[in-house]
Amino acid sequence: MDFLTLLQVLDSSLRLATPLLLACLAGLFSERAGIFDIGLEGKMLAAAFLSAAIAATTGSVWLGLLAGVGAALLLSAIHGLASITLRGDQIISGVAINFLAAGLTVVISQDWFGQGGRTPPLLAGGRFEPLDLPGAVPAKEISEAGPFRQLYSELLSGHSLLVYVALLMVPVTWFVLYKTRFGLRLRAVGENPAAVDTAGISVVGLRYAAVGICGVLCGIAGAYMATALQAGFVKDMSAGRGFIALAALIFAKWRPWYALGACLLFGFFFAVDNRFQNILLPAWAMSGVLFALGLGLFAYVRHKTLLDRIVLGGLGLGLAIVAALITLSSLSAGLGSMIKIPVVFIQSLPYVLTVVVLAGFVGKAIPPRSGGVAYVKEK
Amino acid sequence: MGVMPKWADVVLVPLISLIIAALLSALLILAIGESPIAALKLMIEGTLLRSSGWGYMLYYTTNFIFTGLAVSVAFHAALFNIGGEGQAMMGGLGVALVCLFIPWPHWTFAIIGASLGAAFFGMIWAGLPAYLQAKRGSHIVITTIMFNFIAAGVLNFFLVGALKPKGSMDPATANFPAATHLPTFEDMAGLLGLEKMFRAAPANVSFFLALVACVLVWFLIWRTPLGYEIRAMGKSEPAARYAGIGSVKIIMVAMMISGALSGMMAINTTQGESERLILNFTEGAGFIGIAVALMGRSHPLGVFLAALLFGFLYQGGAELALWTKIPRELIVVIQALVILFTGALTLMVRGPLERLFLSLRRRR
Repeated sequence: MDFLTLLQVLDSSLRLATPLLLACLAGLFSERAGIFDIGLEGKMLAAAFLSAAIAATTGSVWLGLLAGVGAALLLSAIHGLASITLRGDQIISGVAINFLAAGLTVVISQDWFGQGGRTPPLLAGGRFEPLDLPGAVPAKEISEAGPFRQLYSELLSGHSLLVYVALLMVPVTWFVLYKTRFGLRLRAVGENPAAVDTAGISVVGLRYAAVGICGVLCGIAGAYMATALQAGFVKDMSAGRGFIALAALIFAKWRPWYALGACLLFGFFFAVDNRFQNILLPAWAMSGVLFALGLGLFAYVRHKTLLDRIVLGGLGLGLAIVAALITLSSLSAGLGSMIKIPVVFIQSLPYVLTVVVLAGFVGKAIPPRSGGVAYVKEK
Repeated sequence: MGVMPKWADVVLVPLISLIIAALLSALLILAIGESPIAALKLMIEGTLLRSSGWGYMLYYTTNFIFTGLAVSVAFHAALFNIGGEGQAMMGGLGVALVCLFIPWPHWTFAIIGASLGAAFFGMIWAGLPAYLQAKRGSHIVITTIMFNFIAAGVLNFFLVGALKPKGSMDPATANFPAATHLPTFEDMAGLLGLEKMFRAAPANVSFFLALVACVLVWFLIWRTPLGYEIRAMGKSEPAARYAGIGSVKIIMVAMMISGALSGMMAINTTQGESERLILNFTEGAGFIGIAVALMGRSHPLGVFLAALLFGFLYQGGAELALWTKIPRELIVVIQALVILFTGALTLMVRGPLERLFLSLRRRR
């Protein structure tokens, strides 16, 4: 793989990471204020639909963006009403919002456009076009340019405005959360709302503000998907990105800069998955890694309780068996033969990594203390 | 404690929530430019007035009973199992392995074997998140969501790889041997001398398996010490722990039962209907289980009734998509509204009702 190919993969990682990053920061605001949000997916989907629909009918991408943010804010308002004012179950509310978006987007787009749940493809003015930064080399001449020019032109330049907005949102989020009074209060309300209330600050107001910011960011994420990454809305186009953003949020332990890292990593997995159909590894390396993981688990549970030994030992045994199967099947061709890594393995990696982090084997992820709990004012 | 009589809590609250959801859906149908009354008539004609309509409805109902019971059992232990979808996918893998690789003499044996296979695979897939919750404190909602995606990956891996017959292009297993095929309602009606009933409908004997599961879950939750412990844990974990009930054990057991029930959904779809394992056979039934459990107040009888309702909606929705310009996704909207009003906005329904009953009582 040459340098330019690597740059192209990283470039597409950045583009694919953008909706994740926006949704992840959205979830960060909401969850830091103590409101769990499973409904990121639904908000992105609703925003993607409405932004594409409005951009297609008016021809203005900015009106589309505005409409997308509006759609996400509406769903945020439902989530806020259910989980803040009516003290309902935040997770159930999020699940309902996901279904509401999945159903309504198709029903409405079928009614408006009659194209089987998609919007008409967006023309020039209806999309966010790539911006060429000053001094960037055009795509035709890029292979002759030097490595630094290539890095600048391929990776940093040529993205749509919203990519830069998303990147800029990371320091902004960090600043708002850690350097402003509002941010301190917002974090406090997710840890100990009673203390915030005692200080005479409105818990309800802060939480609605957080849910509102979450809606705006999800709206931008959805609009990016439909008007920049792709040219129009198709049914279920968020395809689980909201859940990956949630995974990234946990992977990042609810911190803005870590969120950037997690989203870029997960975006990189997407890009690798898109670009390379076959990833080959020598058989000995693959079975060796699996075998070592299995052995590691066995060593870890040696002095643990029976349950640990059954579950983790079973997992270790499973890995060892897979390693043995790979070794056996490659014996005829020699242990140095190359084996294809299944595509689904790369696709499942974000979820597996999140579970590993959640399990606390690699750096424990501790959520905000009052997350998911409605605040009831003392009388 | 309760302001409302029990019947109001159990019957009125879900009923009013349902009526609100129905009214909002009617508004949506009006907005599309169709008549809600005509739509309802069409749904009833296509579902309740034809025996094959019943056959489709009960097929969907069977799925929803299993997944609804699965979510209910977890709810009783105050756990939210959102992973029914993934557990059902793994259950399908269990059914396929059992049906393909064991030479069954007759379907009666095969259904027992397939039930065990499905339950075992579903159990393992719920057991891992349960273990992580019980021992490592990882939030079970998030882990079960992640496990849904991982299950989809695992299923995909086997269906485009090891389990796909050579030379086939579809991501599916070979057809199951004829001895494992379950009798459908059409076959059973034929045995009773009722020819031409349930023609070509997919409902099959696993519907009765679902009914048995309802009774067993009721017995487990309200008539056994384990059920008592599960409910005690669900009401108050510290109190249960003080009474000597181990939370690790209850989380593990409740989730594994829940996973087994979700997995058993695959008997109906995989062994009963498609007679081979296909991708996406769950069709979101794992998530509908959440709506069914909320609507049925986590009681097997309620789950059964709610599953019938959703079976009706699914079959009726297919009819609507066939004859009008209302797409099938309308049912997803109705499902979302039911979840919203019975699960998240309960105070909106319950608050005014409680005030009503309070004023009635004062007057007396």
